[in-house]
Amino acid sequence: MVLVLSLLSVTAVASEDNELIQTLAPELLSKSKPKRLMAIDEIAASSAPRKALWLQAMIDGDLYQLKKTDEIVLATRQGNTYSLTKASDGTGLDSVKKRALRKIKIDNAMRSYLRSLIGTLALQSDDTEERFQAVYSLLGKVDSDAVEPIRKLKSQEKSERVHEAMGLLISIHDLENGTAEQQADAFEFVSGRLDNDVLNSLRRLSETSADKQVVAQAVMLLDEAESRKRWYTYIETLFFGVSLGSVLVVAAIGLAITFGVMGVINMAHGELIMLGAYTTYFIQQLMPSAIDYSLILAVPAAFIVSGSVGVLIERTVIRHLYGRKLETLLATFGISLLLQQAVRTFISPQNVAVINPSWMTGSWVVNPALSLTLNRLVIIAFCLFVFAVLLFVLTRTRFGLQTRAVAQNRQMARAMGIRSARVDAMTFGLGSGVAGIAGVALSQLGNVGPNLGQSYIIDSFIVVVFGGVGSLWGTLVAGMSLGIGNKLLEPWAGAVLAKILLLVFIILFIQKRPSGLFPQRGRAVES
Amino acid sequence: MINQSKRKAIGAFAMTFAALTMTTPVTAADTIKVGVLHSLSGTMAISETTLKDTMLMLIDQQNEKGGVLGKELEAVVVDPASDWPLFAEKARELIEKEKVSAIFGAWTSVSRKSVLPVIEELNSLLFYPVQYEGEESSKNVFYTGASPNQQAIPAVEYLMNEVGAVRWVLAGTDYVYPRTTNKILEAYLLDKGVPQEDIMINYTPFGHSDWQSIVAEIKQFGSTGKKTAVVSTVNGDANVPFYKELANQGVSAEDIPVVAFSVGEEELSGFDTSPLVGHLAAWNYFMSVESDENDEFIDAWQSFIGSEERVTNDPMEAHYIGFNMWVKAVEKAGTTDTNAVEAAMIGVSVPNLSGGYSSMLPNHHITKPVLIGEIQDDGQFDIVWETSGLVAGDAWSDFLPESKNLISDWRAPMACGNYNVTTGACSGQTL
Repeated sequence: MVLVLSLLSVTAVASEDNELIQTLAPELLSKSKPKRLMAIDEIAASSAPRKALWLQAMIDGDLYQLKKTDEIVLATRQGNTYSLTKASDGTGLDSVKKRALRKIKIDNAMRSYLRSLIGTLALQSDDTEERFQAVYSLLGKVDSDAVEPIRKLKSQEKSERVHEAMGLLISIHDLENGTAEQQADAFEFVSGRLDNDVLNSLRRLSETSADKQVVAQAVMLLDEAESRKRWYTYIETLFFGVSLGSVLVVAAIGLAITFGVMGVINMAHGELIMLGAYTTYFIQQLMPSAIDYSLILAVPAAFIVSGSVGVLIERTVIRHLYGRKLETLLATFGISLLLQQAVRTFISPQNVAVINPSWMTGSWVVNPALSLTLNRLVIIAFCLFVFAVLLFVLTRTRFGLQTRAVAQNRQMARAMGIRSARVDAMTFGLGSGVAGIAGVALSQLGNVGPNLGQSYIIDSFIVVVFGGVGSLWGTLVAGMSLGIGNKLLEPWAGAVLAKILLLVFIILFIQKRPSGLFPQRGRAVES
Repeated sequence: MINQSKRKAIGAFAMTFAALTMTTPVTAADTIKVGVLHSLSGTMAISETTLKDTMLMLIDQQNEKGGVLGKELEAVVVDPASDWPLFAEKARELIEKEKVSAIFGAWTSVSRKSVLPVIEELNSLLFYPVQYEGEESSKNVFYTGASPNQQAIPAVEYLMNEVGAVRWVLAGTDYVYPRTTNKILEAYLLDKGVPQEDIMINYTPFGHSDWQSIVAEIKQFGSTGKKTAVVSTVNGDANVPFYKELANQGVSAEDIPVVAFSVGEEELSGFDTSPLVGHLAAWNYFMSVESDENDEFIDAWQSFIGSEERVTNDPMEAHYIGFNMWVKAVEKAGTTDTNAVEAAMIGVSVPNLSGGYSSMLPNHHITKPVLIGEIQDDGQFDIVWETSGLVAGDAWSDFLPESKNLISDWRAPMACGNYNVTTGACSGQTL
């Protein structure tokens, strides 16, 4: 009997605690930030079983008040309506429109504070990853009261990663606020580390500490870290250059075929890229629940869409203009405007949202001073892959042989029995299809809108001309050197001047070597 | 040649398309014509098409209420195709051939500057709905967007006082609006005692898409342990790759907040905003403003455009205010004569969408509240701060040495757009 009673009282207390969110509603919705912060503190200090849920919902912006009943609810957006559950006990409520809700708003400072509160709660989580994240969210934010329980947790911690992270957390605290002994330990722990919080701690220490030895030690560690960081900065710049280079190569490589191999000045190349990007968008619209796989499907789809449009353009327009470069230029420029306006009219003049799959967001953290963004890594790999495939097709297959034969000497090729018209259409289709694939890659980096092609067309021509018309290797080398050159210049010249300097360099280079880095040799060129 | 005629053909196509979507019945006799000068093709179509539709909606609504002075309003839509000289040409066409009573239009500063001589020469009226760099006041233009002291300065004040920022990155696209705004902001920051080495200024070309180095530089600049904030005047399209790069390199709004002056609901509707949560924007209106006027406006807009997905934004509110002011001024003047309406405009006060009233000042700028919003994962903004009252638009910045002595007052007897208070001379256009 006694047992049952005590159990009852426990549940009674728990549900009372869960009403806390309701009683704090006026404070949470108040215009005054200190009041809201006090309410948050009260929640964090309470014993309400659902408090972690509330705090997380607040971070996510999912905590609202229902205007009609003043109930605090958790809301998830579904299209134009919000489905609701009561914050206090999780009972489901009817879906409502946004206007029926009043949001519990937080700002950046509160968001960061909430994160550290949740971090404190999650320190005891059973999930290793959660504990690890929790420790990292607290770096540099703990005071002497908070650090003691963490010392205790550290001694019980089994996962090495979390153990290490806790050590870092404690060391950062001890550097400035620990006892002499703790400080010495901390110095030992942080020596060789490049974490920003560590360096800032050391910097403060070197400026404020009264102990000369401590200052000397801090300065020494700082200098060491700075010189190592400089190295990583060079690596980072190189990475930036290669990644910009591969974007240029991806965008230009289709043109290297249509312009380089076939000699067609295709001003609609950019729009073929745009069509590829839009294809990605439509594939994602078709499979909203499998965004992670959408790109894999989008690559062949974009190749087919842009490739077919390319074949269509070749058959209807370019075919009649072979050998008349200026007319081809004007006609394809017209097609480019036509495609742009068609997208504006039939889809939307607004940009569309292409989502990054989860494996392309974030970065690969090599160490605290060097992290490489995943989307760039993927695009570098993708660029090399496309390049390898094209090189194979053009040099190792029958179709490639025919293409090169027609490009070098059409009459002779025809005499050998090659159906040159068919080869032209196929080659142009290939170049256009590759432009479409480029669109899939570029949709992951920037805007997808009617103007997408415009921003790449000039760069693409520069890369192809600089590399040497007709040379795939030239395109690769030219793209990479322009990318790296740009990124080397950018830090001290600024983005605008760096671009100008590169263009000046290319003008001078073309003066000296009009046929680019890898000039084509042979009879066709001379004629 | 082909290029030119193709462009024209496409322009004409777009115009007929616009005309088809127009719901205003076109009756030749006894209407008041209103010119709508927004690009429907070319790079600026992304932003300006929405404003054209807004104007058509406002004109429709006014006609339902019985028009103005007992006459029906008729919208004349032209397409200047994001081509700056074409703006001047189309403005001339609207005034001379179509005889419009007023023009609502332009977006970029350069398009406004190209319309300016035409509108002054032919003595007509232009309502300009976009935030701009200031340093201008024309008798024939009403600036319903924000001037720098109604957007940039309050935003910096917010970062300084509420967020506690001490180091500043001023990042912008390389053209007149960011250059002038950053000049004003730099002068302001130095004036507030921020040392020069704590200010980093960075310009990028239009449509810049590779932000790796710049974001790395910002990260480095902000890694000293002092609170750093980025003030971004990066224009339109370049913003998406900028924010994506910030997110990918792990710069969150909690560490280094970015406050933008050109990013609104419309721009955000182009992409997934979950990595951007917490970055800021300063405007005079957000779609998330809670007021009855706003709810009504959003409902009207979404039913006019036929989609519940479409958002509203600050320049749309500027047109809403500007158009209603014009209607009121015409009714007050009893005529659409330019000089009479221009005189009647000053002092006109109409409801804005954030639940207050905006009024037209003698310098042809208006009073507005300034709001700071944080980006949410649904592409909307949560308002986290607002000025306690309305801020009066200032044509000439007080923080630039060359303009701090200038004032603008278009009321008689001064009637001058750039009166120098120290020399007592007016150096420009007068009545």
